[in-house]
This record gives sequence, structure tokens and C-alpha cells, in this order.
Amino acid sequence: MYKLLLCLRYLRTRYIALASILSVMLGVATMIVVNSVMSGFATEMQNRIHGILSDVVLEVRNLSGVPDAPWHMEQIRRVAGDSIEGMTATVVVPGMLNFRYADQWITRQVQIIGIDESTQSQVSDFSRYLQHPENREKMSFELRDGGYDTRDHQGGPEAQQRPQMRKAGWDHRRMVTELQAFNRTMSEGPALPRQPPGGPSAQGDMEDAGSVAQPPSAVRSSLTQPGAAVPQVGTKAPDQPSLPSGRASSPRSAPDGAPPGDGGGNALRSEDAMRDATPPDLADPFASVRPRSPEPVFNPAKQQHTGAVLGIVMASFRRPGGEESFLVVPGDDVKLTFPTAGTPPKIAYGDFTIVDFYECKMAEYDSSFVFVPIRELQEMRGMIDPGVIDPKTQKPMGMFNSIQIKLKPGADGNEVRDKLAATFSRELYVAQTWRDKQGALLAAVQMETAILNVLLFLIIAVSGFGILAIFFMIVVEKTRDIGVLKSLGASGVGIMGIFLSYGLSLGLVGSGVGLALGLVIVHHVNDLAVLLGKITGKPVFDPSIYYFYRIPTIVDPWTITWIVAGAIGIAVLASVLPALRAALLRPVEALRYE
Amino acid sequence: MNDELARMFAQPSGTFRPLSFSRKNVLRRDATASEDGGPHFGIPPDEPLESDEGNSPDAQADRSETCPSGGAPVPIDPVPFSRPAERCVDRPEEHQLEAIGLAKSYRKASVEIPVLKGVNLDVRCGEFLAIVGQSGSGKSTLLHLLGTLDAPDDGSVFFEGRRIDNLPGIERDRLRNQRFGMIFQFYHLLPELTTLENVLAPLMIGKSVLGFLRARGTCRAAATRLLDLVGLSHRLKHRPRELSGGEMQRAAIARALVAGPQLLLADEPTGNLDRSTGREILELLCSLNRQQKLTIVMVTHDHAIADRADRVVCLVDGRIKGA
Repeated sequence: MYKLLLCLRYLRTRYIALASILSVMLGVATMIVVNSVMSGFATEMQNRIHGILSDVVLEVRNLSGVPDAPWHMEQIRRVAGDSIEGMTATVVVPGMLNFRYADQWITRQVQIIGIDESTQSQVSDFSRYLQHPENREKMSFELRDGGYDTRDHQGGPEAQQRPQMRKAGWDHRRMVTELQAFNRTMSEGPALPRQPPGGPSAQGDMEDAGSVAQPPSAVRSSLTQPGAAVPQVGTKAPDQPSLPSGRASSPRSAPDGAPPGDGGGNALRSEDAMRDATPPDLADPFASVRPRSPEPVFNPAKQQHTGAVLGIVMASFRRPGGEESFLVVPGDDVKLTFPTAGTPPKIAYGDFTIVDFYECKMAEYDSSFVFVPIRELQEMRGMIDPGVIDPKTQKPMGMFNSIQIKLKPGADGNEVRDKLAATFSRELYVAQTWRDKQGALLAAVQMETAILNVLLFLIIAVSGFGILAIFFMIVVEKTRDIGVLKSLGASGVGIMGIFLSYGLSLGLVGSGVGLALGLVIVHHVNDLAVLLGKITGKPVFDPSIYYFYRIPTIVDPWTITWIVAGAIGIAVLASVLPALRAALLRPVEALRYE
Repeated sequence: MNDELARMFAQPSGTFRPLSFSRKNVLRRDATASEDGGPHFGIPPDEPLESDEGNSPDAQADRSETCPSGGAPVPIDPVPFSRPAERCVDRPEEHQLEAIGLAKSYRKASVEIPVLKGVNLDVRCGEFLAIVGQSGSGKSTLLHLLGTLDAPDDGSVFFEGRRIDNLPGIERDRLRNQRFGMIFQFYHLLPELTTLENVLAPLMIGKSVLGFLRARGTCRAAATRLLDLVGLSHRLKHRPRELSGGEMQRAAIARALVAGPQLLLADEPTGNLDRSTGREILELLCSLNRQQKLTIVMVTHDHAIADRADRVVCLVDGRIKGA
């Protein structure tokens, strides 16, 4: 009883002990906050990283790809069929994205990924990150009329408005077309020859071919006509390239118009086929005098190029307040340049229309991935193998260079990866899990957490030394009292108990207050960040740098238990030495001390 | 209810049992469990124990220690001091404390300074013995040896016939807690505790947390009564630093008596007090000795104070001289 009483009295009367309580408290609070925020970040990041990647990827080292994806999938199923939920073949090539913004060409270095929009969503959460609600339901490479999200649907209440997205879609496309046409008419339009009546017919053709999902029904203004004519004469239009060949690849934009199937192995493209299928009587009557007359006229107001889904970061930038400004929106056209599959690879480019953005919040992905339909990409790159006919579609099968694999829940990705690596020759194939792809990043975060924990625990350990020093002082100060207690019959163990329970209560109080403080800080970490930002004038948490609007936190009860137990343990351990000293003090010596 | 309380009181003294002494320690005289008992002004048993209650030998031992009247009904005393320590009264010749050939020296560097060179001392039951000696003559050392606060280099100390200087630490702690009361020249109250808590300290030390909490009311009552006795009833909540020297010493006496000891060891109890306050303290000790037949061993350098004692011995040159 005297132990508790004295321990409490010492706690109340020795204000120096408050210093050690404070240090324990701060240590515990900091550790809790840091751990919660770090694990919040790590979890959020893993979700983001994983979101757009499939669980396991089997890549072909050769960029030109290999034929016969079904055979590969069969092999994969054979070795790891139990763990596999879904697979899809893709084509991944490095490339260059160009688009026009404010009279300048903007170039981005990108990864072009050809996907099958019907199966892609089976292997990753790709479609969840799209900006059009219908695309999130069912992904399509066709431009939507409108209705794109005007704010980040994943952002929660803090998400900024994106007013520029309100017009995105066909409305935007028409408006831009008209504006350009108007501009051109104003500047040079009158000097140009009017468009012959070939355009509309070709346009109809295109619609028949089904490349335009929702033909605009709006009545076009009279200005559209001259606008549509302009590309015909080869003037470089800002958004819509002047080439009537539309989706055709650039090497074939020469005036003489290469016949379909040329280009040394370049595969047929449906546009070429379509153009060829255009009945001769609908062709331009002035074909003989106009070099590119056989080409059907591409009407940007009614037609789109092949759809492309861009990462939102490459199309936008953030203003200091965190508000996003878009350089391009769905409906605008872009150019993609990429190597062909030939030997040696050559440069090819094609025109694409942005049909949507994706935002997986992983800046690296959001700024580098461009998704396009796999078939079109295969055709443009010459990856159609005429020798292999797909039994289902009766068409020549395309080559692929990557298979995305989704695993069943609970399956071990590393195991599947190892099996694949053992099955497929390492010289030709690479099997990777999503973690491997971002291994460095994940390892860095993990190591950061570990190092921070060690450092912070050292802080608590330092506070333990503070307790040690303070306790030694108290023991020296209380030498006489210890002697008195012993003369009253207190045992050494009892005396030790006083100081051990003193240390324990310091630890308990310190870590208890620290725990409360830590949890409060974690709960209000965003408010605190804002407040700190206001005080210092610099935003602490800049959503334009991180992938989140709010600082994510995850409070793990186990971690907290360990932290608190560790802190209390350190406090008790630090008091062992002074307590031992007090216990071993001989009462006579203590009493003689005056 | 009262029985229960009485049992609780019995607990502190009951834990120290002569039976627990090993046989080899019993050199001089045999003493049985039932033989020892002491003055009980610390926590007097408010109610006698019923005879039908103690069948086990343990309970018997407890009772005999706690209740000197041997089970006879003892009325609640308004003044606790009026109850004599019957054992000592019965046999005044009994040696309560005995030191044989005590030797102690302190070592400073390589020089050995002998302080006690074979002290033989007898203290009888109910005696007020004064040990007089010059400063540095080893009085305090002797007192510490008698009170088992220190171990002698040679010789032995007997308490009620049992050797106590070589007991294991835990037994000595219990002895100090329950059989010995100690007061010091510098009072040595714990500054963090109030007067009342200081007086309660030995009871807290002697009991477990739960035991103390259960008997808290009675312990408090006993401590309050003792403080009332020493004239400090108005100072219960004061801290030692708010008391005068005489008050502190009186509080220290109350603390020494609260656990109901048989022997009071006083180390220059008046040494730090002015003459009249010192006299008051001395009067208090004398009345304790007379009325309670409490055995007191007091060391002092002041012959005038020593003269109040029943017997005075001189400590000269590390040996006892004269009677």
C-alpha cells in the first residue's frame, strides 16, 4: 500500500517526472500518427498501384510480339489454372503522344496499351477509374455524347470541380470543329475553293461502317461546310489532321495514296478497306484533278478516329489551389507515334480521338498510359499474322506482347509467377506480379516505415534514459526516506516496487496521454495539415503532389498495442536500475546521510 | 463484524511468528509461540476474540500474540496507555533484548576503524535503558545493530531469546515492522505524506494492499488515537514541513508505536530539540514506559536526559562501562 501511496505522491510532487511523461507521450503520439499515416499511404498506394495493373503479367521481351494468344493462355491455365480467374492479351508499346493546345504541339512520352475493352475489366479495375459513368459500367472506345464527370468521382467531398469536363464529348468536338472552321474562314477561308459535294457521301459511308456510335443529330451551322472542306486541301488543322485518310498511319499520307496492304507487311486496316469499298460513283468527280480525291472525307464534327483513353495527368495540370485545368478533353484528337512491328521497327503514327480519361491516382500511371483498342493497334503496327486465322472470328489473328492475368482471391501471385517463369523460356518471356512492377516503390515505402519506426522508437528509448536519469536523481534525493522505510520494516523488494510502479505509472500516464493525443491527431490530421499550412503559408499536404485529396490514415490496433506496450516497457526498464539501487541501499547508510 | 476486525488486527503481528525462527537460532532460551505478546496500543483489539473461534494452532498463535489478555474480554480503553504490557510486568527479570560480544568496525580505504569492540548488553522487559556515550562512540551503530538495521562483524543479538542478527532479510524486515519501534534524532518523517499517513506507514508496510484497504478504517482510527495521545490530533492533514520539531518527533513516536511494538529504540530523540520540548518528549517516553511497560532503549550524549531512565550504561571506547 505504501508503495502505491508513495508512488502516487511522488508522481504528484516530482514535477521533473512530468518531463519524462511528456517525452514518453510525445514519442507515443508521434509513433501512432506516423504509423497511421504511413500505413494509410501505403495501403492507398498499393490499391492505386494494383488498381490498373493485373495481378500477374506475362510479357514478351520482343516488342513485336508473338502470335497465338489462345495457345499461351492455354499453357498458362495448364500450369496454374487453379489460381487464375481471368486473362486477356494486350499489346504494350512505348510511344509518343502529341496534341495541340493553344497553337502549340505538346508531346508526352507514353506507354501505349492495346486492350480488348470487353475483357480488360475482367483482369483489373481499369474501368473503375474512367470518367464517364457509362464507361465505368461498360467500357467502350466510342466517344460519348456528354455526361462526363465534372468532379473526381473517387475524391470524396473534397474533390475539386472540373468545369471543363462539362462540355466534353461530342458537343465539344462539334464546337471545336466549328470554331476552327470559323477561324479559318475568317483568316483564309474565302480564298480557298469550296468543298465539292464528295464529303457528305463519304461521311455517310463512315457512319454506315459503324465507327460513329452516336451520330450527332444537331443541325450544323452553315459554317461547318467550309470547315469540313479545309482538310481537303491539306491545311494543317489544329486538332483534326488534314489527312483525309483519317486513321491511316502517317507513312501513307503521301498524296499518291498507297494502295491497301502495302508497306512491306503492314497489315490491312479497316479504313483502307472501307475506302476501297467506297463505290466509284460516289467518288469525287474531280478526282482526276485533285490529288487526294479518292480518300473519303473525314468529318470531324460527325466522326471520330479510333478511341483512346488517356491518363488524366497527361491531359491536365493542376493550378496551385489543386484545381485541374485540362489541356484536352474527351472529343479532342491526338496523335500517337509508335514503332511498328517490322524488322527493323519503323515509326508509325495514327490519329486518335480521346474518348475518356482514366485516373487511378497513381501519377506514374496516370501520366504515361494510353489505352487504345488492341485490334487497331495491331493493325497499325503490322501485328496481324495473316497465316494464323482465329477460328472464332475467321480473321487473321493479331500478335500480342503481354498477357494480363487476374488471380482468384487468395491465390499467391509469386507462386504463379514462378510457375510461369518455369514454363515459358526466360529468354523470350518475363513473368511479373504487380508488386514486382512497382517493387522499388513498395520496398521504399516499407523501408521508410521501418526506419521511421526505429527512429521514433529510439525517441521513446531516449525518453527512457530521461526517466533513468530522473529516477536516479529521485533515488539519491530520497535516500533518507528509503532508509526510514527500511527501518520501518519495508523490504528491498518493496522499495524496488515503489520505483518500478513509479516507472510503470509514468509509462502508463505518458503512453495513455500519448495514445489519446495520437488518436486525436490522426483523426484531425487533415484539419491540422490545413491549419499548419495556413500558419506557415505553405500547404503541408498538397493534393497535386500526392495521389489523394485527404491524408489517408489507417489505425491498426495491433500496432498501437505494440507501441503502447513498448513505451510502458521502456519506462519500466529504465526504472529498474534506480529501483535496484534503492533496494540495495543499506538502511544504515541511508539514515546516516544527513 | 467485530470478530472480523479483530482478526484483521491480528494479522500484522500474526505474520511474525516465533515458529518461523529456525531451531538453531534458539540458543539461549526456548520460547513458545504463546509466550510472547506485547503492549498493544497501536491497534488494540476492540473486541476480545471468542474462544470458540480459534481451533487451528495458527489462530491460536495469532490470538495469543494479538491479545495479551489471552482471550479474556478486554473492554475498549478510552486511554490505550492504561493497559499494561502484561508479559513484561509478569516477568520483569526476562531479558527482552540481549547483545553478546557485538563488534563492528568501519573501513575507510585501508584503515579499519573499530567502533564497537565487544559490547555485552541486557535489556529487560519494561526497562527504560539509556546508553550514554560521546559523539562518535558508536551509540548509533549499537542501536542500529540492536534494531537489525545493520549486521555486526562479530557477536550476536537476541530478541526474546532468539537470535535475530543473522535472520534472513525478510524476517528482519518483519521484526522491525512489528516488534521494534524506532525514533531518530532528525525525526525522519516522509515529507510527501501527511502526519496521519506517516503514522499509518508501518501498517501499510505490514499489510498487503488489499489487507490495508479492508482494515483501513480501523488502522486510521488507531493512528488517529495515537496522534491524539501525542497531542497532534489537530495536525492530521499537515505535512511534516508544516510541523515544529517537537511535533515532528511526537509524530515519529506515534509512528513507532502504531504497529504495537514491544521495543522502542530511540536514537537521541531530544538531540535536535530545545530543552523544554526535549523534556516533553522525554516525559512522553517515560509515561509510555511506565504506563505501557514499553521497553525503551535510548541513546544520548546528554547525561541529564539519561538520568530519567531506569538504568544508564556508558559506551566508552567501544565497550559498555558501568551500569
